Amino acid sequence: MMVNGIIGRKIGMTQLFLEDGSVEPATVLKAGPCVVVQGKAVATDGYDAVQLGFVEERAAKVNKATAGHFKKANVPGTRVRREVGVVAGQDAPKPGDQVLASIFNQGERVDVIGTSKGHGFQGVVKRHHFAGGAASHGSMFHRAPGSIGASSYPSRVVKGMRAAGHMGDARITVRNLKVLRVDPENHLIVVRGAVPGAKGGYVIIRKAVAAKPEPQPQKQEKPKKGKK
Amino acid sequence: MGAIELIEQGQMAERPPMKAGDTVKVHVRVKEGDKERIQIFEGVIINLRRGGTRGSFTVRKVSFGQGVERIFPTHSPIIQKVDVVRSAKVRRAKLYFLRDLRGKAARMKEVRRNP
Repeated sequence: MMVNGIIGRKIGMTQLFLEDGSVEPATVLKAGPCVVVQGKAVATDGYDAVQLGFVEERAAKVNKATAGHFKKANVPGTRVRREVGVVAGQDAPKPGDQVLASIFNQGERVDVIGTSKGHGFQGVVKRHHFAGGAASHGSMFHRAPGSIGASSYPSRVVKGMRAAGHMGDARITVRNLKVLRVDPENHLIVVRGAVPGAKGGYVIIRKAVAAKPEPQPQKQEKPKKGKK
Repeated sequence: MGAIELIEQGQMAERPPMKAGDTVKVHVRVKEGDKERIQIFEGVIINLRRGGTRGSFTVRKVSFGQGVERIFPTHSPIIQKVDVVRSAKVRRAKLYFLRDLRGKAARMKEVRRNP
């Protein structure tokens, strides 16, 4: 019985010391407890997956239709439901089963998917890191995008031209974050580095799709003893 | 207890109560090749930031007429221990004014604190 992901919540950031006194940035995530609300199988849905519900302190208000959906699995109503995959070659958990933070191990690589902080309508300098023009010395070009293409040919703006617009509030995946700690008792996972979104935001933590090997220190050849 | 404090709990090292103006001996683990020894950095705390594992303090000393400052993370594992040698009466939290003073002018009045 294994799934390759869990629903979590971003709690905040801190730092952890290593043996040699250096410090690692760390994000604390509340991962689970989750319940399986619905199972999906190749025979009925065309793919294997399970729908998880994130159990929180306060039960969610659900309307009658969704209440029936939860009742099928005999689980309490949850505010957030997400689909995660099933580890190949293993049995899918049944509806009603629990999924806990203990599916992850320390040192493992995970991907974290969240919704980034919304920044509203932003210009090209902030949104796409355009350099902008000089502020003074008679410069009349400050934060405008500049030329967006040639004139009579092609007589249109090429698709994908970077422009001002809505920034943030998008689904962002951060890959290959290292799991620094797992605390199954308190349903906590600590990953190295930052995670998209604000504190309290919901995230999906899944096993890394393309896990990076652990960086190995380069071996230094020992200097030969004796005279040259 | 919040979740972050729960994670930080195991990281906290035991440190004596320190204040700006205290003269401290910081025992630092220094690694040389595969040997390890303790180096002592003695000076006055001129800055102390709290905040759990993220706290730090700055120690200033004058070494061969040259002012030296070192910032230590309070709970860093490379600090074996901290001894408070002396405490001085100071009227502010950050003693950056000591940087401009030297010799006699940089003296401070000692206060005895109950251990």
